[in-house]
Amino acid sequence: MSTQTIASQASLPPRRGSLAGQLFNRLGMLPVLIVLYLVFYGLTLYFSADGTSNFMSADNTMNIMRQVAINLVLACGMTFVILTAGIDLSVGSMLAVSAVLGMLMSLPDHHPALAIPTFLIAGLVLGMLNGAMVSFLSINPFVVTLGTMTALRGAAYLFADGTTVLNQQIPSFEWIGNGDFLGLPWLVWIAAGVVLLSWFILKKTVLGLHIYAVGGNPQAARLTGIKVSFVLLFVYSISGFFSGLAGAMSSSRLYGANGNWGVGYELDAIAAVVLGGTSLMGGVGTIWGTVIGALIIGVMNNGLTILGLSSFWQYVAKGAVIVLAVILDKWRQKQAALN
Amino acid sequence: MMNTAILEMSGISKRFGATRALSDMRLAIRAGEIHALMGENGAGKSTLMKILSGVYQPDSGQILLDGKPIAIKGPSDGRRAGINLIYQELSVSTNLTVAENVFMGSEPRGRFGLLDRSNMRMWTNDVLALLGAPFTADTHAGKLSIAEQQQVEIARALIHKGRILIMDEPTAALSDRETEHLFRVVRKLRDEGIAVIYISHRMAEVHALADRVTILRDGSYVGEMTRDELDPGRIVQMMVGRPLGDFYQHKAGRVPGRVMLEVENLSGARVKPASFSVRAGEVVGLAGLVGAGRTELARLIFGADRKHGGRVKIDGVAVDTRDPLTAIRLGIGYLPEDRKGQGLFLQLSALTNTTLNVVRQHCRAGIINHQALETLTNDAIARLNIKVPGPHGIVGGLSGGNQQKVLLARWLEIKPRVLILDEPTRGVDVGAKSEIYRIIHELALNGVAVVVISSELPEVIGICDRVVVMREGHISGEVSGDAVTQENIMTLATHASEPAANAISALHAA
Repeated sequence: MSTQTIASQASLPPRRGSLAGQLFNRLGMLPVLIVLYLVFYGLTLYFSADGTSNFMSADNTMNIMRQVAINLVLACGMTFVILTAGIDLSVGSMLAVSAVLGMLMSLPDHHPALAIPTFLIAGLVLGMLNGAMVSFLSINPFVVTLGTMTALRGAAYLFADGTTVLNQQIPSFEWIGNGDFLGLPWLVWIAAGVVLLSWFILKKTVLGLHIYAVGGNPQAARLTGIKVSFVLLFVYSISGFFSGLAGAMSSSRLYGANGNWGVGYELDAIAAVVLGGTSLMGGVGTIWGTVIGALIIGVMNNGLTILGLSSFWQYVAKGAVIVLAVILDKWRQKQAALN
Repeated sequence: MMNTAILEMSGISKRFGATRALSDMRLAIRAGEIHALMGENGAGKSTLMKILSGVYQPDSGQILLDGKPIAIKGPSDGRRAGINLIYQELSVSTNLTVAENVFMGSEPRGRFGLLDRSNMRMWTNDVLALLGAPFTADTHAGKLSIAEQQQVEIARALIHKGRILIMDEPTAALSDRETEHLFRVVRKLRDEGIAVIYISHRMAEVHALADRVTILRDGSYVGEMTRDELDPGRIVQMMVGRPLGDFYQHKAGRVPGRVMLEVENLSGARVKPASFSVRAGEVVGLAGLVGAGRTELARLIFGADRKHGGRVKIDGVAVDTRDPLTAIRLGIGYLPEDRKGQGLFLQLSALTNTTLNVVRQHCRAGIINHQALETLTNDAIARLNIKVPGPHGIVGGLSGGNQQKVLLARWLEIKPRVLILDEPTRGVDVGAKSEIYRIIHELALNGVAVVVISSELPEVIGICDRVVVMREGHISGEVSGDAVTQENIMTLATHASEPAANAISALHAA
């Protein structure tokens, strides 16, 4: 572009690109979420026997938020990782390992009071393991986390001895999955806290800026004195930490944990991040996008279940919406480039 | 036979959004001529060539090929009409062989529609022989130098029986020797009857090659000159719309102070023990052919690569620049030669790009003071005259010159004591070049020790007080004062005998 181009761009309001394009540019995937929500409301209304829909009720909305909470916590960690052009396939397995370890710790003959630290520290340590391999051994993140995904899944089964660790007496963290605070479930508060913390780190701190920089151009980041390996270690560690937190959330909610916990969660988390407009190439994306992405997935899961669609069709529908939404997002970015 | 135009473009206009890229542009090319296209960055050269090769569609205007109107709806139409474009950024796939690259997308089919490898290899070798290339069809493209990869691109164009070959800044990454070889190839192609459209910023090249020159400015046709009428002064004036009297006149008033940077026997993977020093307020050039080890030496000083031996002193104190962060804290800046690959964060804002090095100084407990950064960025934009929509404008959308200024601004933020600039004006238009020279001069006036690595000799001579020359990984000599001439530098750079050095430097003499 010439100097004229820039000058005229600076002084002129954006002209080209449809109104819808500009709107999308501002709001990201929020309109998709709203439309989806309204469509499900209409469908449940249409298919209901008595002409009322319980989809939009306060109870169900709370339900959606409760269901979204765990995926959102994982997706926030995933956002950090994907912003550095990496990927973390092991979040579901890390969730399972920390859930099982935490539940074991909560058993009466162990140290019930140490359950929460166990969940969190287990996740953090496993995440650091991923991070160390990615940053210090320079192994491709896809390969590293594919390995830990598989190995940790096995470890979770081994720790649980192949069964489900059940414990109905978990006073130290029962509140996480089942308690309310100011009329909202603690699960939702925790997810909101994770979102705020992530937003704060990414937008307000030097570390956040460095995460974007490393994702945008690792070579240039190194030449500006950024400790690239530290940044990478951090993003995988926080992803592990959030996985441990998610492990606490899910085992508290279900009073138990087994090796099968969280299978496939990594895909929902990645889908939420991608739906939120974060680039898999790194360097571009926001935590608010991830929130919208996770809500889209939550609304779909909930709406399709209420409609009574078989779980097989739910998979098909979910996959189709993810791909369509990303196509839409590509179009949106093209509009943005024109403006 | 040479007088009829085989290609005529007229009334070409093209808009991108609110931006007028071309208006009523025209161009006439004859068979068997080298036709240079000159203009500042953003003048519309690349857009015009993309229209000609079918990448863009013009909003209006017509293209005549052999006197008949032709519609070029896509790159394949262009190729079918015999028009081939070699981009500035080479598009050679380094995982394939030369033959596979040459035939990419138009692989010959043999029996049963299978790949016809033997013909592919044979035809490729024929073309390579014509080009005088030092490699064969079976060579892996990953093993080739940039210059050789460029020959692969030329071969790709010739294999399609191209009649018009467009070369966009082909010498940007070439050494002098490679440039000379390229010129021989281009002349040979012309003698074969191929029309070559040659886009370049470098006056010397146009002078050495072009049969005719078309000059454009702000997307419009300004004028045309034949070889006999070529006058560098007038071309520059036509390109920028004003005379550029003080282009290199940036040396006055500098007073070198004490020695700021001292390099003693510094060595690394591709650098033999090297020693030199730079005083505060001095601009020292680091000259040499591409691959002589200049960038490698700079990276050693900056701590970007591992040192094998030797030491660096800053202001008389021995320092250990073990990584870039340490170097930056010591006040050493390094502007890398590959601005997009190693310097900028293209998808991030001007603010982030400008302030990344000093963000630590503008935060409390790790929390960034965005207000302060915005002030810094606005100051930098004003001081360096950067054309950007604002501090939050995305750097990827800026012109080369403005991108370079953003990168320069990042290094100025650290208030460097020593600043190493690696090819600071590569791919930058004439106007921005002159501003970058002004900035370098001001830095020196303010007591910064500046090292400039450049492959453009007139530039080195124009702005440097002293020139250190490298050859094959070691420092082969140093020239200062009146001895800073193209001949002396080339002799040291090539170790060639006098006449040969003169011949090469004559290429640069515009």
